[in-house]
Amino acid sequence: MERDDLIVDESYAINAHHSEEAGKKIRRDIYKVTLFLTLATILEVFLGASFKRNETFTWDVIVTVFAILTLVKAFFIVTVFMHLGDERKNIQRTILIPYFFFMAYMIILITIIEGDFQGLIQTLPF
Amino acid sequence: MASEATQSIDNTALWDGGRSPFGMSYGKNMMWFFLVSDALTFGGLLIALGFARFKFAGEWPMGEEVFQSLPFLGNGFPLVYVALMTFILIISSVTMVLAVEAGHRNDKKTVAKWLALTVLFGIFFLGSQAWEWSHFIHGTEAGLTLADGSVIHGANMSFNEYGPQLYANFFFFVTGFHGFHVFTGVLFNIIILIMVLRGVFEKRKHYEMVEKVGLYWHFVDLVWVFVFTIFYLV
Repeated sequence: MERDDLIVDESYAINAHHSEEAGKKIRRDIYKVTLFLTLATILEVFLGASFKRNETFTWDVIVTVFAILTLVKAFFIVTVFMHLGDERKNIQRTILIPYFFFMAYMIILITIIEGDFQGLIQTLPF
Repeated sequence: MASEATQSIDNTALWDGGRSPFGMSYGKNMMWFFLVSDALTFGGLLIALGFARFKFAGEWPMGEEVFQSLPFLGNGFPLVYVALMTFILIISSVTMVLAVEAGHRNDKKTVAKWLALTVLFGIFFLGSQAWEWSHFIHGTEAGLTLADGSVIHGANMSFNEYGPQLYANFFFFVTGFHGFHVFTGVLFNIIILIMVLRGVFEKRKHYEMVEKVGLYWHFVDLVWVFVFTIFYLV
């Protein structure tokens, strides 16, 4: 029996259409994000070019700034440019939560703990 | 924006079949899942890079010393060329999202215009990367004098004047893998541009294909944001 309550694949795409006025607002948001991404990149390059890597506290602060700026840039690209912010909550969580946990696990275990240990055994005198 | 996605639908109705519980079409859904797996691949590469950096903490080269040349202008511009490449990729991402926005208004001409610009910026980025690779491989005038008196210039898979061998290997692998993604992205964009110009999506009454390819293109930009920070800056 044919069902008539099914949503055809195409209708999702057609549902996503918007009017001329809505488009104006969306474009304004896009330009705002562009401005932010540009300024953040300029700041990062300025910091990277003017400070050398060393063991001081200043450098630790700069690395933290790099990490925060990168994550904020990534957040804006994903939510505004890739429109994930406009999708349903369940797909947002399906994509982000498993990725976040897997990456946190790998970064802490492999990069930080294991990498540090490898550096440590190189300095041993035997 | 998307009306289907912003509607509040009862959970049982949502998961009872007959519709996508995620409120998006199959193709877009699968593109997202592909991007998650691709993000895991890049995550793995960058984590391996982080591991190597910790292992060679003292001798790892600094990005601002290795990458300080501009085409035709010579040395002394730390990170300027990489910054330019980053900027080009960001701008190409912006033109792509503008193409998607125009697609949501069924505006064929504007979609074609922004998509063509995206292709152009993508090709520009690939050219920049080719120049950077060539410069990295040929190395500096001075080079590095080894213990036996011989001098090496630049880097390849068997020696590296800048620092640990792994630095060169990671440079080739990470930026190469990313460049390959940019290359396929440009190919996809060209295919979609031809389809737009031939009016395929006009007949279909929606430009979702532009959005799907756009997702891939933004992902390439997203990866570069991380590669830029982790490889060049830190």
